[in-house]
Amino acid sequence: MSVLLIAEHNNKEVRPFTLNAITAASQINEDLHVLVIGHNSDEVAKSISQIPNVKKVLHVDNEIYENYLAENFTSVVVKYSENYSHIVCSANTFGKNLMPRIAALLDTSQVSDIIKVISNDTFIRPIYAGNAFATVKSSDSKKCITIRPTSFDQAATSGGSAEIIKADADQANSLVKFVKREEVKSDRPELGTARIVISGGRGMQSGENFKLITAVADKLNAAIGASRAAVDAGYITNDHQVGQTGKVVVPDLYIAVGISGAIQHLAGMKESKVIVAINKDGEAPIFSIADYGLEADLFEALPQFLEELNKLNTIQK
Amino acid sequence: MKILVAVKRVIDYNVQVRVKEDGTGVVTDNVKMSTNPPDDNAIEEAVKIKEAGKATEIVAVTVGEEKAQETIRKALAVGADRGVHVKVDGIIEPLAVSKILQKIVDKEKPDLVFMGKQAIDDDCNQTGQMLGALLNWPQATFASKIEVKDKSLEVTREVDEGLETIEVLTPAIVTCDLRLNEPRYASLPNIMKAKKKPIEQINADDLGVDTKPRIEQMKVEEPPKRKAGIKVASVEELVQKLKNEAKVI
Repeated sequence: MSVLLIAEHNNKEVRPFTLNAITAASQINEDLHVLVIGHNSDEVAKSISQIPNVKKVLHVDNEIYENYLAENFTSVVVKYSENYSHIVCSANTFGKNLMPRIAALLDTSQVSDIIKVISNDTFIRPIYAGNAFATVKSSDSKKCITIRPTSFDQAATSGGSAEIIKADADQANSLVKFVKREEVKSDRPELGTARIVISGGRGMQSGENFKLITAVADKLNAAIGASRAAVDAGYITNDHQVGQTGKVVVPDLYIAVGISGAIQHLAGMKESKVIVAINKDGEAPIFSIADYGLEADLFEALPQFLEELNKLNTIQK
Repeated sequence: MKILVAVKRVIDYNVQVRVKEDGTGVVTDNVKMSTNPPDDNAIEEAVKIKEAGKATEIVAVTVGEEKAQETIRKALAVGADRGVHVKVDGIIEPLAVSKILQKIVDKEKPDLVFMGKQAIDDDCNQTGQMLGALLNWPQATFASKIEVKDKSLEVTREVDEGLETIEVLTPAIVTCDLRLNEPRYASLPNIMKAKKKPIEQINADDLGVDTKPRIEQMKVEEPPKRKAGIKVASVEELVQKLKNEAKVI
């Protein structure tokens, strides 16, 4: 039996985490089909058909799918799930919102947020904010799985030529209505996929002070993150939050500034390749996982950091 | 309007979780337990709605072992009116919990069901959405703002791209984000009063729900440890290390 992956997209482009999920899905079974549900989303179906790992694209296009409401997506996924052994998607807010609804209707106990595929029924997933890894084996005949995107490489996006099959829409759900979406537009790399992330915490003391972080981020072409404390205090918007209930990031370089290192924050960044901590409290827990710790006042250290970066002849982008 | 709020007892969020040496799970003996943090936000929101005169009754429900009742007592102490404790021992998966909650909803007939968006023990993030599907109710997950309207809710949701607002007709399920509100502390007189509020106990078996796990937990292990790093003396040294040793900039 084959694997059915639900693509996340914005009706124009495939969202990057779908590419990580495709890699994981094809490790479960090579016969990978992708379901594209959207409105005026032909370009998305076409670009997914060019991904070499994808064997077939099912494309459902109708105005009721424009805003990816879980209620509308669920019924159409369930409708096309019959011939598949696994239904998968990425474990970001898109997949977290959608997949359990599908799983419940298929009477399947979902396996959330896997970081490794052992076999087609056995997976590793983090529990307790990543303080433990559980190896779990699903006994359901049809399995619903969400994939932690940062644990898998992105699939290649060209060279394939999968068949695109148009499929019918299902009924619209009248109990829910989309009102609006306030997306934060940015020229920076996306937090989830950036090579370098610089994050600020409560130690930043104000939203205004985040300009010190922004200046360094500009220089390094880095994404900007934040601890929950900084978001709660209103210094920065929620889409920047790194942690157990925010985003999980695995950049080459993670710079934590004025972040003490609560368990919940570490859960979102401790797999980063190189971690730098700048904090004036030498006892802060963040230092226990940092490769390079600098005990210093961030208001002095950040401008100096920028100055030192300016002295370098080259900076990797 | 009646609000049902589901709460879960978990290892306290401040506890450094340790894996058992035999790989069967994590250490829970003599470990501080508390209400799952976003479940506190769910209770708080229900109480605020009641205080605003838009709800008449709040019922707190939990599914778990004997001691799970502590979470109901805490909910009663901050403003819930009564509790329902569905007793079940051992591991219970979100699918089974949502089937149990479905039975409780059938009996209690609430207009809204609130709960935290995710439990911080298994990090599944499933129960609310599953309950929504089983009841065929609309769902508003990861809520950071709730506006109660006549026969609907307007809910702002925290999503990866920023914020999304949807309108759900009641009855509806809402899963709550930590930023929805600031949970209050229970005052001593209210803790005393809560002891007199009723808690109904139901055995999961009597509800006719199959709670047998479908997922076998084969092994629990510690994640690979990071090697201890070094402290650098200056910003200059830090930049040199990043450039020449780690080679990341």
